[in-house]
Amino acid sequence: MTSTPGSARAMVETTSPSPERLARFDAGERVLHWINASLFAVMMGTAAALYVGPISAAVGRREVVKTIHVWTGLALPVPVLFTFVTRRWGAGFRADVRRFNRWTADDRRWLRTWGRDSRVRSGKFNAGQKLNAAFTLGAIVVMLVTGSIMRWPRHFPLAWRTGATFVHDWIFLALAVTITGHVLYAANDPDAMRAMARGWIPRPWARRHAPAWEEEATGNVPGPR
Amino acid sequence: MARPGKSETLVGRRVVLGMAGAGALGVLFGAKVQDRLARWLAPAEAADPTGLIDLLPAAGRFRFYSVVGFLPHRSAAAYRLSVAGLVDKPLTFTLADLQAMPATHLVKDFQCVTGWRVPEVAWTGVTLASVLDAAGVQSGATAVSFASFDGAYTESLSLDQARRPDVLVAYGMEGKAVSSQHGGPVRLYVAPMYGYKSCKWLESIHVTDRVVPGYWEHQGYDVDAWIGKSNGRDDKPVA
Repeated sequence: MTSTPGSARAMVETTSPSPERLARFDAGERVLHWINASLFAVMMGTAAALYVGPISAAVGRREVVKTIHVWTGLALPVPVLFTFVTRRWGAGFRADVRRFNRWTADDRRWLRTWGRDSRVRSGKFNAGQKLNAAFTLGAIVVMLVTGSIMRWPRHFPLAWRTGATFVHDWIFLALAVTITGHVLYAANDPDAMRAMARGWIPRPWARRHAPAWEEEATGNVPGPR
Repeated sequence: MARPGKSETLVGRRVVLGMAGAGALGVLFGAKVQDRLARWLAPAEAADPTGLIDLLPAAGRFRFYSVVGFLPHRSAAAYRLSVAGLVDKPLTFTLADLQAMPATHLVKDFQCVTGWRVPEVAWTGVTLASVLDAAGVQSGATAVSFASFDGAYTESLSLDQARRPDVLVAYGMEGKAVSSQHGGPVRLYVAPMYGYKSCKWLESIHVTDRVVPGYWEHQGYDVDAWIGKSNGRDDKPVA
């Protein structure tokens, strides 16, 4: 097995089960996704129990809920970092992080028209997915820091605590919106959602939603549309 | 793909770094922004029948904290407040007994040690001093302990603190009975101290010869919880 992630990626993609299936997420990415999804579910559930009055009233046990929330939050970056640094297991993840980071002229046009411009030829991820990925990573970083200030205020300048609570609260609301959106988009696109379970996606899906990627993954030039 | 082409820009990295920067500014200046937002939102919130605005972090309303796994509830009819310990005659008050005593009305802020503050809450009740006087505090007593009917929460005050005119055994809040969520039917309201001193679901008052630290004080919070002068905070005092 070659050690450069780019060619590892190409190898995975050309060994698809059949030409009608394109490998989209490798095992490392799928395992990471579902671990993250579980941890996020725990975080959002305990957050709601700490934050939303009626839910707090029904759940109570503030100390226990807080402890679960804090330790789950501290655990959250661990699988991400582990996957990122493991050589073969993390190859697909690293390649996709690079894709998320890089924006093309098509991505900018996608964002201006919110995907309605049919001339936009998205790659493996469209600009909305890229933006969501970057926002979620930024949110994890900010939540980790502000959450630590809230949990261990004595180790930080005390004036920061109210500000940290303020930031943590608003990012929580924003995450509640983006995660709900993420789940709804997935529920409305069974092929895309199944790709996160079985790893591959039907080629027509790729042609429609990610034409530049389909071309790249199969070496085909696009036919008439 | 891996090589950034000429027209490719690293937007993802900019978004992440931008959020980190905005987050840092939020930590430094968020308290001020929150104050402004709370004042700005207040009229909309008062007129909002859905209560959804209350869910916004800046709304400046109460957040519910309970240390037990349920919402403690006691009906107004079943409610009893006992006063015991170093007193001449141990007493038990019904809600009607408390309401028959001369009432005190205060309009004062409620400040939580975690930073949120609810401005100008209308409180109704009797002074803790009058309850203590009714039972007759014995010489040698220096402090008062409180217990909640949630079965877990405790608090305390020195006798001097307990006799302040802005320390209430409260049964009314914002013109209504104190709801279960807010610690009703009867709770303590210790105006000059952080919210954790204002024991909710007040069930018993015990006069003691020393200050017994309460629930949160065992977890490191200050026993003398003066707003702006304890727990390392500099909030504006509630005078």
